[in-house]
Amino acid sequence: MATETAATRALQPALMKASGLSKRYVQRTPFSRNKFAIDALVDVDFEIAPGCLTALVGESGSGKSTLASCMAMMEKPDSGEIWFEGNEISRWSPRKLAPLRPKIQLVFQDSAGALDPRFSVAQIIEEPLEIQHRESGQQLRARARDLMEEVGLSPDWANRSPLQLSGGQRQRLAIARALALKPALLILDESLSGLDLSTQAQILNLLLDLKAARSFTCLLISHDLTLVGQVADFVAVMHQGRIVESGSTAQVLTSPQHPQTRKLLASAQVLESAFRTARAGGRP
Amino acid sequence: MKPSPDSKMWSSMMWSSVKYLERRVLHAVLLLLGASILSFLFSSLAPGSFFDEMKLNPQISPETVAALRSQYGLDQPWPVKYFRWVKSVLHGEWGYSFAYNQPVRSLLVLRARNTLLLTTLAMLMAWLIAVPVGVWVASRRGHWEDQLTSASTSFLLSVPELVLALGLLYLVIRTHALPVGGMVSTGFDRLGFWGQVSDLAAHLIVPVTTLVLASLPILIRHVRASLIEVLQAPFIQAARGHGISRSRLLFRYALPAAANPLISLFGLSVAGLLSGSLLVEVITGWPGLGPLLLEACFSRDIYVAIGVVMASTLFMILGSLLADIMLVAADPRVRTDHA
Repeated sequence: MATETAATRALQPALMKASGLSKRYVQRTPFSRNKFAIDALVDVDFEIAPGCLTALVGESGSGKSTLASCMAMMEKPDSGEIWFEGNEISRWSPRKLAPLRPKIQLVFQDSAGALDPRFSVAQIIEEPLEIQHRESGQQLRARARDLMEEVGLSPDWANRSPLQLSGGQRQRLAIARALALKPALLILDESLSGLDLSTQAQILNLLLDLKAARSFTCLLISHDLTLVGQVADFVAVMHQGRIVESGSTAQVLTSPQHPQTRKLLASAQVLESAFRTARAGGRP
Repeated sequence: MKPSPDSKMWSSMMWSSVKYLERRVLHAVLLLLGASILSFLFSSLAPGSFFDEMKLNPQISPETVAALRSQYGLDQPWPVKYFRWVKSVLHGEWGYSFAYNQPVRSLLVLRARNTLLLTTLAMLMAWLIAVPVGVWVASRRGHWEDQLTSASTSFLLSVPELVLALGLLYLVIRTHALPVGGMVSTGFDRLGFWGQVSDLAAHLIVPVTTLVLASLPILIRHVRASLIEVLQAPFIQAARGHGISRSRLLFRYALPAAANPLISLFGLSVAGLLSGSLLVEVITGWPGLGPLLLEACFSRDIYVAIGVVMASTLFMILGSLLADIMLVAADPRVRTDHA
């Protein structure tokens, strides 16, 4: 729920802001003039308050991941503006964006696909640091081991292949890699979706602990409103490429205005009890 | 000292890789055996023999022809001929050429060396061009560079090797830019070292260019397709998010990840080293296995023909074996799958 601190932070300028964002995917049929167009984002206005956990919720295909990709500058929007730390970055060249990229890190849904199977666990964490020339040699190794411990992975697994980890362990590894660069904004794009309820709760707890310790801003993308209701300060609901409702978590959960929000609330109640049980038991 | 779980795991993966390769070698031996049996079976079904033309000569009696057939074992059923040939292979002779009156091995070694020189060069050049071009056009998907390359490769794919070779020969003959036919010029022995190298290189240009142009479109398209698939993978997106440079992303992440189908293709191109160039050799007059096989088929010099077929088969098997070894080395999933 939105805490008092979160409410105070919300008054500060947004860490990241999208305004009038639109993105359309056009698929052409071979040997035909027919085009198939999908409006993934339609005039989206969205803000992420600094130091808060903002959740973006919606059913599959509602445009959540496209919005995340655009905000992480993985994709260029067709129109609209994206502001990060007071700069409008949507038209920046790849060269100009390069120093900004480490500040926005993404954790993907498909943890197996998001980790290069040719690298060991330690190499996966070391790689971003090496790319950014932040550490080298023994320091690099030590930093990777520290991060492994921080996310609850045994440093003895440093030489293992990511293929030998479970789904939950892989997601911890992906979070460790994302945190290696000390990002200002961590985007979790359906990162909990492929996991069982107990592991989802464990990862969510880990995220809360890390966020408290490192004070980064977090954007959590999910299709489960009940789940994000437990942890998010603010919630935005997406439907057919539009943000249909947004506000503090308490406000959205207690008095949902849009039918889509009510529909999402009605589904997936079961996770709430699993999360409460795991949270009550402390960090698993 | 007690081994750590990781070292145990790696030794188990190494062991499983060795077992996997052992199985592949066994398959290769069985394949070679099967190919040799089929070669003999099919050649025995073909009508006529090397000595049939002698029957038309009134000065050679039928008894002499029969004696010659018996001397070379051609009157025996094919299984007997096969076992005799296997024995000869084990002695390093690979059968006996009726036309050249010498063991097939000495013929094969000389011609295979020429063919290998030609095809290895062509293959190396083709890969050296195809990989950077394929990677580049994959990273520029949909842009004009990609469309231009796609149109060029489609055009090259539609032109048969024969037409390519004839077109190049026509150009060379019209311009007198390069020597045509053969491997070296007359008076080659009198040239110094660099003179010999440049003479050989000048003779290689037409056949090598033909082979490179013929194989380039397939290689470029495979590299492009593999890269495009990999560039959409989440771990590539994650690497982009770390602020990686474009060249490092393409060559350190994407290309190694796209290597699996390319390694298999590389294995096939090694496999085609001896057989792929036969037609081009015949047209451009390169003294390799191609013209030897053609002569052997026309004169029914059966053991030479079987020798060429077996040499090609051997290379095919070695090529796919090499690809298997490279796959085990390149892809941890292959090692893990067998662990």
